[in-house]
Amino acid sequence: MTNTRTIHKLLAGCATVSALMLSATALPSLAQESDDPIKLTLHDWTGQLITTQIMGEVLQKAGYNVEYVQADYLAQFAGLETGDLAVAMEMWETTGRDAMDAATATGKVENFGPTGMKAKEEWWYPSYMKELCPGLPNWEALKDPACAEAFSTAETAPKGRYLGGPVTWGGFDDERVEALDLPFEVIHAGTDAALFAELESAYQRKAPILLWIYAPHWAPAKYEGEWVEFPEYTAECYNDPAWGINPDMAYDCGKPFGEIWKVGWAGVKDKWPGAYQAILAFNIENAEMGAMITEVDLNGKTVEAVTEEWMAANEGRWKSWIGQ
Amino acid sequence: MVAANSKSPISAKGPAGSLIWGVGSVLFLAFWQLGSRWLPWAFEYPKGWTIPAAQWIGQFMKWLLNEAHFGLFTFAELTRFIAAVIDFPYRIVLSLLSTGFLSGQGSSAEQILPPVAWIAVVAIFALLGYLAEGRRLALIVTGCMVFVAVFGQWSSAMVTLASILVAVPIGVALGLLLGIAAYRSAWVERLLQPILDLMQTIPVFAYLVPILFMFGFGPTAAVVATVIYAMPPMTRVTLMALQRVPSEIRDLGRMIGCTRAQLTWRVMVPTAQDALMVGVNQVIMLSLNMVIIASMIGAGGLGFDVLAALRRLDFGAGLEAGLAIVALAIALDRLSQAFVRRPVRETPQGSWPSRHPYLLSALATILVAGLAGSIVPAIQTYPVGWQLSTGEFWSDVVKWINVNYFDALEAIKNFFLLNLLIPFKRFLIGLPWLGVVAFLVLAGWRVKGPRLALLVGCLGFLIAATGQWEKAMITVYLCGISTIIAMVIGVPIGIASAERPRLWRWVQVIIDTLQTLPSFVYLMPAVMLFRVGDFTAMIAVVAFAVAPAIRYTALGLRGVDPALVEAGKAMGCTPRQILTRIKLRLALPEILLGLNQTIMFALSMLVITALVGTRDLGQEVYIALTKADSGRGLVAGLAVAFIAIIADRLIQAGAQNARLRLGISQVRT
Repeated sequence: MTNTRTIHKLLAGCATVSALMLSATALPSLAQESDDPIKLTLHDWTGQLITTQIMGEVLQKAGYNVEYVQADYLAQFAGLETGDLAVAMEMWETTGRDAMDAATATGKVENFGPTGMKAKEEWWYPSYMKELCPGLPNWEALKDPACAEAFSTAETAPKGRYLGGPVTWGGFDDERVEALDLPFEVIHAGTDAALFAELESAYQRKAPILLWIYAPHWAPAKYEGEWVEFPEYTAECYNDPAWGINPDMAYDCGKPFGEIWKVGWAGVKDKWPGAYQAILAFNIENAEMGAMITEVDLNGKTVEAVTEEWMAANEGRWKSWIGQ
Repeated sequence: MVAANSKSPISAKGPAGSLIWGVGSVLFLAFWQLGSRWLPWAFEYPKGWTIPAAQWIGQFMKWLLNEAHFGLFTFAELTRFIAAVIDFPYRIVLSLLSTGFLSGQGSSAEQILPPVAWIAVVAIFALLGYLAEGRRLALIVTGCMVFVAVFGQWSSAMVTLASILVAVPIGVALGLLLGIAAYRSAWVERLLQPILDLMQTIPVFAYLVPILFMFGFGPTAAVVATVIYAMPPMTRVTLMALQRVPSEIRDLGRMIGCTRAQLTWRVMVPTAQDALMVGVNQVIMLSLNMVIIASMIGAGGLGFDVLAALRRLDFGAGLEAGLAIVALAIALDRLSQAFVRRPVRETPQGSWPSRHPYLLSALATILVAGLAGSIVPAIQTYPVGWQLSTGEFWSDVVKWINVNYFDALEAIKNFFLLNLLIPFKRFLIGLPWLGVVAFLVLAGWRVKGPRLALLVGCLGFLIAATGQWEKAMITVYLCGISTIIAMVIGVPIGIASAERPRLWRWVQVIIDTLQTLPSFVYLMPAVMLFRVGDFTAMIAVVAFAVAPAIRYTALGLRGVDPALVEAGKAMGCTPRQILTRIKLRLALPEILLGLNQTIMFALSMLVITALVGTRDLGQEVYIALTKADSGRGLVAGLAVAFIAIIADRLIQAGAQNARLRLGISQVRT
């Protein structure tokens, strides 16, 4: 395996360089493992900042050295493969699966198991749209031409307009519209921010909008609305055209619920075995996370304050992760 | 662009020239309308013929990172070594400005020495301003830095400043060395030109993935990406500046027996110093353009704040962080420009302290502020209680516009979309690729000659052959329309402000802001008012690309020989005639250069527009980034670069013809 050899050489190189650069020795830590900081990545959404902060705090309580590094959600895999970064606390099944699979296939990145949170993603509309389209949340209401028209804009009329996630998220919405024969046109937002900017805009004007929303997120807490209820997702629905309402096409169902995974550099296990166990044990629920995100994004608390409250309230839980 | 060319100087070559253009256009039209029946492959490039360049590049990258070996060390070890070399000064600067000097790493680190107090940083900026120009500049830069502190952006701004302070010297040094190498050897120059073109035109996202693999994740990789993006102008300026050194000076150097190194460093470089500083200025400005993208790969700082704020739809916070970038840019830009203009002074005589009063006072300030800061914390760190914030104000403004004027804006948008954008897009996508390539060859041949014809023909073919044609046409459509609008807005503003210094000063502040304010800041409010899609993308592109249209028009008009204007007046021309018959004609080469730059700026915005849901090459690059697919990203990035190079070469040649016709030998800069 030339790959592993390169990595080892690289590590040796890095270690020498850092030894040269740091004349002062690090403080002794409680755990009898590497004193090097465990680098946790931070992305640009609040939920991930909270998850990471909690993990970091717990590891610090166990005596580990922790460093937070800002990194892009998908570009970070380059760092996780080389060991420049150690742990990424939220990798969503629904949006990060491909990149994660590609990375784990190299053997340099390891899946640290589920976080306990489940990603919910589906078509979503604000409550006031129910008046125009009374059959909702049942998806069959969307087939009604009058209902589709209510969701239309000048560019898409008479078809309705559905704002999907960025192309990079996948999601099979174009296929879903075709398979379920919905009179809708799928427009892809370029980024997450653009998606919610459109929602904010429509909500302020009480204007029609149907879009891709995911949770845990602050949006379902801030805006009143509901998810469309499609036929429930099964693996067969995506793989087998014969399954479901449309016998000729796959994707004639809703989107899957997905785990939110923890992933990281494969070397964590050997370098910080105790921390590795703690990261595997980390577990948090959707409802808790949703409440914390709301506290930060809508009530203006800091991530640190919210994390501290959680730590105080759940001492038994996190102590068991680090074997105390 | 093609249309503009057919009207430009070539047609002046005489009736034969017009005839060739006429026949070419008729053939093209006939082919377009009738050809699809007989030659379907000329309209849609067959999938089976596609060159699998993406796979080749992907495999090459894999080999390079995992197996390439130079005997003693591997390629990956080499890049890691370079990363460590860059990391060292970065850590020092970061410690000075932001974190303080630490012992240990991560959360167990302890601060030994605090960073330089904020008051001391402001004072040093003021001193630099005073040294470079005088009290006025000192006030301006102090204002900029205080603005940053007052709006609570200080700590992030110092992180950003640290990476700029490392990236700029590296970019300048490398650019200078490459420029000198190109000056010394025509062979190096010929090799370097296309590489510089690619460095400037390939979207940064396209080479971000390979850079991350090579240089590791974090600020170092961000510095490398910044250097790649910001260095080319320095090389170009160096080459041009050295070529312009009067031959008498060179000969004098040789006569008095300088060695080659002495001739370069003691004679040529000092003589070209003024021009070289223009390059330094460019490197600074381009580095600041990279702040947002750098933050995506771990540079942190202001760019990260902008992204995070917009993710929460907190427009106020996004704007404040964005304006802090502008404030930094203005401070650094004005300082570097003032150093360019500074008259050469005699070296003062006397003891060391009396020769270096500024250095001494800067050191004294740091020391005094540091000591005072340990007693009064407000001197060390700007107190939170004194910070201002616009809070909800900007979000409320956007909300107010949204609630009250959305329908009017929607009507305007639909008008543009249905009557201009969509028809133009359909038109371009419907064109046969073979016909377009043939037309480009004709244009290249008529404007300059067979070599240019071959170049544009090959590049055009490669875009089709790598399977990028349709996306490339959408790119041309979006950038083309934005360029036209930017010129329609920019040229009149340039004309109006060229001879009104007070108006010009305001215009300059506005275009500097547009150029350095991260477009993300206004992109999200634009999404709220115009929805995602091409129109919003167009607004962002126009806002960014209008700056060179204004700048170059004003530059050209101001450079017109006053004697010619006087002559026009004497002959009884009306002001309108003077403008249209004399000034605009003589300024045409600069205006064409402005057009060229506007196109380059528009293309460089592609990656940002991908974030509001366009379907062009920018989106392709972005998708490749998110899938960490180096091959796919680089192929799409190269296609963007090819479009840029085709447009650039044709316009450059056109401008050259215009200059010859007007009897102006060189561009006045």
